[in-house]
Amino acid sequence: MDLKLKVWRQKDSASKGKFEIYNAPNINPHMSFLEMLDVINEDLIHANQDPIAFDHDCREGICGACSLTVDGKPHGPEKGTTACQLHMRHFKHGNTITVEPWRAKAFPVIKDLIVDRSAFDRIIESGGYVSVNTGSAPEANMSPVPKHAADSAMDSAACIGCGACVAACPNASGMLFVAAKVSQLALLPQGQVEREKRVLSMVRTMDDENFGNCTNHYECEAACPKEISVGFIAKMNREYLRASLCDSGSAGNTKDAVN
Amino acid sequence: MTLDARVPAGLLHEKWDNHKFNMKLVSPANKRKYKVIVVGTGLAGASAAASLAELGYQVDSFCFQDSPRRAHSIAAQGGINAAKNYPNDGDSIRRLFYDTIKGGDFRAREENVYRLAQISNSIIDQCVAQGVPFAREYSGYLANRSFGGSQVSRTFYARGQTGQQLLLGAYQALARAIHLKQVTMYPRTEMLDLVVVDGAAKGIIVRDLITGQIRRHAADAVVLATGGYGNAFYLSTNAKGCNVTATYRAYKRGAFFANPCYTQIHPTCIPVSGDYQSKLTLMSESLRNDGRIWVPKQKGDKRPPQEIPEAERDYYLERKYPSYGNLAPRDISSRSAKEVCDEGRGVGETGLGVYLDFADAIKRLGESVIRERYSNLIQMYEKITGENPYKVPMRIYPAVHYTMGGLWVDYNLMSNLPGLYVLGEANFSDHGANRLGASALMQGLADGYFILPYTIGDYLARTKPGVISASHPEFLKIETEVKDQINRLLSINGKRTVDDFHRQIGKLLWDYCGMARNELGLKQALAQIPGIRKEFWSNVKVSGSNESLNQSLEKAGRVADFIDFAELLCLDALQRAESCGGHFRTESQTSEGEAKRDDTKFCYVSAWEYQGADCSPRLNQEPLSFENVHLAERSYK
Repeated sequence: MDLKLKVWRQKDSASKGKFEIYNAPNINPHMSFLEMLDVINEDLIHANQDPIAFDHDCREGICGACSLTVDGKPHGPEKGTTACQLHMRHFKHGNTITVEPWRAKAFPVIKDLIVDRSAFDRIIESGGYVSVNTGSAPEANMSPVPKHAADSAMDSAACIGCGACVAACPNASGMLFVAAKVSQLALLPQGQVEREKRVLSMVRTMDDENFGNCTNHYECEAACPKEISVGFIAKMNREYLRASLCDSGSAGNTKDAVN
Repeated sequence: MTLDARVPAGLLHEKWDNHKFNMKLVSPANKRKYKVIVVGTGLAGASAAASLAELGYQVDSFCFQDSPRRAHSIAAQGGINAAKNYPNDGDSIRRLFYDTIKGGDFRAREENVYRLAQISNSIIDQCVAQGVPFAREYSGYLANRSFGGSQVSRTFYARGQTGQQLLLGAYQALARAIHLKQVTMYPRTEMLDLVVVDGAAKGIIVRDLITGQIRRHAADAVVLATGGYGNAFYLSTNAKGCNVTATYRAYKRGAFFANPCYTQIHPTCIPVSGDYQSKLTLMSESLRNDGRIWVPKQKGDKRPPQEIPEAERDYYLERKYPSYGNLAPRDISSRSAKEVCDEGRGVGETGLGVYLDFADAIKRLGESVIRERYSNLIQMYEKITGENPYKVPMRIYPAVHYTMGGLWVDYNLMSNLPGLYVLGEANFSDHGANRLGASALMQGLADGYFILPYTIGDYLARTKPGVISASHPEFLKIETEVKDQINRLLSINGKRTVDDFHRQIGKLLWDYCGMARNELGLKQALAQIPGIRKEFWSNVKVSGSNESLNQSLEKAGRVADFIDFAELLCLDALQRAESCGGHFRTESQTSEGEAKRDDTKFCYVSAWEYQGADCSPRLNQEPLSFENVHLAERSYK
C-alpha cells in the first residue's frame, strides 16, 4: 500500500520544530510501524537528508523506549500495543499518518520524535523502591504473599515507563506511572516499612517535575500499552491521604523521608 | 600461553567460602576513596553498580539507553532458576550444578558453575525482599515451573515478564543509590574505548549521544556488563541497540575474547516474514511446557494444520527424545527444527517454521489456564502475526538469541587485564557451549549482587586509589583515536547505508556460521569478510555530524565492530573442529546426527588475543578439567 507521512521534525531542543511530508510507497502490511520508518530513513539517507530520529530498542513491546504519537494517539490506534508492535495491516492504502513525539511539559523534545523522559527516573529515585541492601534479605518463603495481592502487584508492576499515559492526558499528568509503582510496593509486605514516606516523596517529586494533575479523563488507561488500570490512581490517592494522616510520614519530613 | 583461572584450592563445595575468607578487604573508611566504572545497566550492571555503591565505593554507571531501566535484560520472559527445591522434587545445589554443566556440553568451568548454583538461592531472597512480584501459589508461597534441560521444577517467574521484574528490582536499587549520590548515572552515553595504563584498566572513553561530546572517565577499576553479540547476525532476538563494541574494543586493548563461536539459537521465535524485518521476536521457551511441537509427516503438505489428522503429524521432539520431549535443551530443539525444515516438512509461507500447538493442553486444562500462564506471550504473537494461537497452532522457527562466548574472566570475574571485570552475558564463564533456559538471569544477578562485590575488593585492596587521572597522556591518545574513527566514518560519504552492511554481514554469519557449520563454509566466510570490511570503509554512507544526536553514526561504529568481530567468530568456529552445544560442526556428529564432542582435542576454553589489525589473533587455551562430573555424551533421550 502507499501512504503519506506527516512527521514532526525538530533539530534539537532549542530549535523550533515543524511537520514535513514524506511519501511511503509500497508498504508491506506485515511490517511494524518502526520497520516502515526504517525503510523511509534508508531512503532519506540515500537522498542526503537527515533520517528521522526516534527512540526504540527491544521492538517487542517491553523496554518502553518507543514513544510515537500516531494520528494523535500515543502508540497509535491499537489497544494495548506499543508503537513497535503496531503493524501496518491496521492502516489503509492512501492514508496520511501524522507522527509526533510525546507532547508534555515534563518531556522536552530532544530531536524529532525523541523526548527526554528522565523525570520518570527522578520520580523512582525519590522513593520507588524497597531500601534493602544486597545481602540482608531473609529466606524468600518467610513472608507468604496472598495470591490476589501478588497478582495485583504484578498488574501494576507491568508498567514499562514509556510515558504514553502522560502524552495522552490533557493535563500531562504522570499519575498512572507513579500510581503503578506506589501500588505495587504498597500491596506487598516488603513495601510496608517505607509505605507512607514513599508515596509522599514520589508525589512531591512528580509535582516538582511539572506533571499535571489527574482530572479523571481516563485517557491514560486507554493509551497504556500494558492496560494498567486507573484504579491504581484511586489506590494512590488513598495511600497519599493515609500517609498524610500518619505520624511517620507527616508532610514536613517528606523531603528527606527516604534517605 | 596457558591461562590461569586462579581457582581456589579445596573441595568444590568449600571453594567459594574459603575464597571469600582469604580475599583482602577494603576497610569501610577507605572504600569511598575508590572509584569504579560500571558500563551497562542490565541485570549484571545494575545489580553490580547498586551493590558496590551500598558498600561505599564511588560508582559511575553508564548506559546507551535513555534510562537504565531499558537495558535488554528487560525482555527476558520465562524465568530464573534457583536450587530452592520448594516443590520437593529432588533438586539441590549439586543437581543445578550438574544440569548446567551438562546443558553446557561440558565446556564450562566446574568451579564457576558450582558457585553459581550455590548463590542461586540468595538471588531469589534478594529479589523477593526488593518487592519483585513473583508468581505465587494460593498458599502465598512462591510458585515454580519446569523449563528446558531439567527434570525438576526450579524456575521462578513473574508471568512472562520475569526479566522485566528482576531488572526493575535492580534498577530501583540503582535509583536509590543515585538518589543517595552514591552512583553518578550517565544515560544516553556510549562507551567507545577502554583505557589501559601500565597494563591495568583505568578508564573509558565515551560519547554523549545527545551532544556528541567525547569524554574521558578515569577510575580504579572498570566493570563491563555490556551484554552479548547476537546482533552480529543482524536478525536476532536482541534489542536493536545491543552491540559488541564495548567488549570488542576491550579485546583490541588486550582483553582476551573467549569462545566466540558459542552462540545460542533459540528454538521458539516467530519466523521471518520479509526483507524489511528488523528483528526477531522470541516466544518464551516456557511455552514448551504446554505446547507440543510438530510438523506434517508428509513433505510439502500444504493443508492447514487443523486438517492434518493426528496420524499424519510428526511430534519429532517427543519421538526422538522421549524422556525430555518438548523440553529438550535449546540447541537440540533448534537443530531438530532445522532438520525437519531442510527435509521440506517446514510450515508457513516460507517453509521455515514448525508448529507449536496448544490444542491438547487447552483440552486438558481449559483455555483459561493457558491464558493465565501465557496470555502476554500469546497476545504478543497475535499482534505480530495476526493469528490466534488458541485456535491455530503457533508457527515458530529458531533465531539467534544469546551468546555464551564473551571476554575471558578468571574465577574472580576479572579479565586478563588487571582491573577489568566482566559480568553477565558479556563474559564467557558459566554456560559452556549452551545455556539452559532461565539461567541467564541467574548468572547476571549472581555476578552483580554476590560475586563482584567480594572479588573487586580483593583487587582494590592491592591498588592505590586515584593514581591515574583522565588527563593522563594515554587517555588523551585514545580519545584522539576515537575522534579520528568518528571523523573517518563521517567523511566516507559512500553509497551504501550502515544497515545495508549490517544485513550483509549478518546473512553471511547466519549462512556459514549459524545452526550448522563446516570447514568449507567457514573458510568461505573468512574469505569474504575482508572484502566487506574494505567496502564498508570506502563506501558506507553515514549522514549528519558528530555534534548532535546521530543514530546513523552510532550504528556505524557498532557495525564496523560487528564486521571485525565476525571474523573472530568464524575463526573460532573453524579451529574448534568438534561439535559441542550450540556449536555444531557437520563433520563431527554421531550416527544419529547428534553433536559429537572431542574431549581429547578440544576440552579447553579458546581465548583469543588481539595482535593488531593486519595480523591473525593468537589462540590461548585454558584447559578444562572435570573432577566432580563424569564427561559423558550428552543424552536427553
